[in-house]
Amino acid sequence: MGISVEGACKRFGDFQALDNVSIDVPDGSLTALLGPSGSGKSTLLRAIAGLEELDAGQVAINGQDATAKPAQKRGVGFVFQHYAAFKHMTVLGNVGFGLRIRKWRKPEVEERVHELLRLVQLDGLADRYPDQLSGGQRQRMALARALAVEPQVLLLDEPFGALDAKVRKDLRAWLRRLHDEMHVTTIFVTHDQEEAMDVAEQLVVMNEGRVEQSGTASDLYEHPANEFVMSFVGEVNRLGEHFVRPHDMDVVLDADERTEQALVQRIVSLGFEIRVEFVLSDGTEVWAQLTRAELQKLELTEGQIVYLRPGQTKSFSGDSPPPDGDGASTPRDRQGNGDAEVTAAA
Amino acid sequence: MTVNPPAKWGLRTLAFGYLGLLLLAPVGMIFYKTFESGIGPPVEAMTSPDAVHAIWLTLLMVAVAVPLNTVFGVGCALLLVRHRWKGNALIDAVINLPFAISPVVIGLSLFLLYGTDGWFGPTLAGWGIQVLFSTPGMILASVFVSLPFVVRETVPVLQEIGTEQEQAASTLGANAWQTFWRVTLPAIRWGVAYGVVLTTARVLGEFGAVTIVSGQISGKTETLPLFVGKAFEQFDEGAAYAGAIVLALLALTTLLLMSVGGRKTKAQTNGPIPVTGAVAVSTTKENS
Repeated sequence: MGISVEGACKRFGDFQALDNVSIDVPDGSLTALLGPSGSGKSTLLRAIAGLEELDAGQVAINGQDATAKPAQKRGVGFVFQHYAAFKHMTVLGNVGFGLRIRKWRKPEVEERVHELLRLVQLDGLADRYPDQLSGGQRQRMALARALAVEPQVLLLDEPFGALDAKVRKDLRAWLRRLHDEMHVTTIFVTHDQEEAMDVAEQLVVMNEGRVEQSGTASDLYEHPANEFVMSFVGEVNRLGEHFVRPHDMDVVLDADERTEQALVQRIVSLGFEIRVEFVLSDGTEVWAQLTRAELQKLELTEGQIVYLRPGQTKSFSGDSPPPDGDGASTPRDRQGNGDAEVTAAA
Repeated sequence: MTVNPPAKWGLRTLAFGYLGLLLLAPVGMIFYKTFESGIGPPVEAMTSPDAVHAIWLTLLMVAVAVPLNTVFGVGCALLLVRHRWKGNALIDAVINLPFAISPVVIGLSLFLLYGTDGWFGPTLAGWGIQVLFSTPGMILASVFVSLPFVVRETVPVLQEIGTEQEQAASTLGANAWQTFWRVTLPAIRWGVAYGVVLTTARVLGEFGAVTIVSGQISGKTETLPLFVGKAFEQFDEGAAYAGAIVLALLALTTLLLMSVGGRKTKAQTNGPIPVTGAVAVSTTKENS
């Protein structure tokens, strides 16, 4: 059940957007497709919706093969980054569109639309046109429009990408609550790892048309399968072959056999958290995340020479992302596999 | 860019002077000449059987050519914008032909095609259909000369609205036909309307191509522009001016519709005119 994609491939000219991608989204879950732009995440979402035809591979929605079905018959709700509001229709017309297509009678459509508008907190705005709404309101209208037809799955393509930071944060929390109430299998695409970790139960990290790893936020953060996941999910410093999180960087004033000499280049106060930037003797730039109390205790100043002791470091055998061996392995197989070697400092 | 007041007034005077000299003065003169000796003579000239027939035939041209070119134009624009393939560049170029070729040449080409020695002429004559010197030929000529307008006006609007609204409609269960009528057409309606108005104006005023294929038989194959031309040649200035006035009025109505449509296009590119207060309220509500 839920959504499953098997061996999806899609090529646009010379660009391989999807390269043998397989994912499994459990029924009723909220999953994020996370990756940089060009990683194929939107293409995968559009392929699930039927808005993009796959060159190879299968899409199944709730156990039924949907690969050959057109978008109109897949029973998906799709929310676009730029809303795709029907500009010539009122909010009522927009939200009721799918119901009118399904030949619902006018009073019933109106009743259902008002119910949905209450759900997305737009009650009273039914007669407005999209141009008379703010970005956040337009996106909630688009969501109500997608939900109106009671889709089997809800697909959101960077739904908050065009909104400002504050509205985005509110909408995120709101989407989370909405999902808890509705339990519709939901996939949303984002390039913002914080957003993905905040909202989703399961994350699928994509890069260059392939799935790098999938799992819960803490799985990915603590047991990244490769360098890409490590650096994409959370901040990271690179020390030769080793990777270390900025909060795992201990700053000490006395040298010992495990420390490395560093010059304090810049101290940036970000409220509670302090970001200290260093240059090592070989020219490598790294940074450490300290608390205000730690900083005060160390009495660091810019230009000072200190010593860094990396706490938990990770290294990955081979170069960047390991190639997909047989190509058929599911993302789950990769999670925490032998490639990653964890060294804990004493 | 800011323009200082004297320069602004200078530019305005220049624009009005230019328009006045080239457009308003000649049109004004026709009005003046027509009604020089009262309303009686022009009314009389326009109620003669030949004149009435010419008006009727002109309106018939509009009634046939405009819907044909509208349906073709919208379909063709959809094909050009929504279905990219290599042949599009060719179609695009061919559609511009009527703009590039003189109407007289268009008339001649139709003459060659449908004349007694032409490719289609003898066959059609065999079926009892006479194209030249009768209404079908005149309609063909009108359709030909006014073909590009709707396409040209619709293509940019289609490109601008993009495909997301159409995709949204399809995920909501709409089939291609429903998507076209409920989403695409309303979104491009002002572009289409503008094209329709330009087409109408072109068909109303067409002289060159229609002259060649019609044979100019009074009371039979004479449209209003041909009626005016003939009256003028025969020194029947009263009838010529009166016909010109009717033509001008028809064209003026079209232009009026166009400017009303044009103004709405500006204000309504994205739906109705937003109420400033309402927008302000909605923004504040968002932050609460």
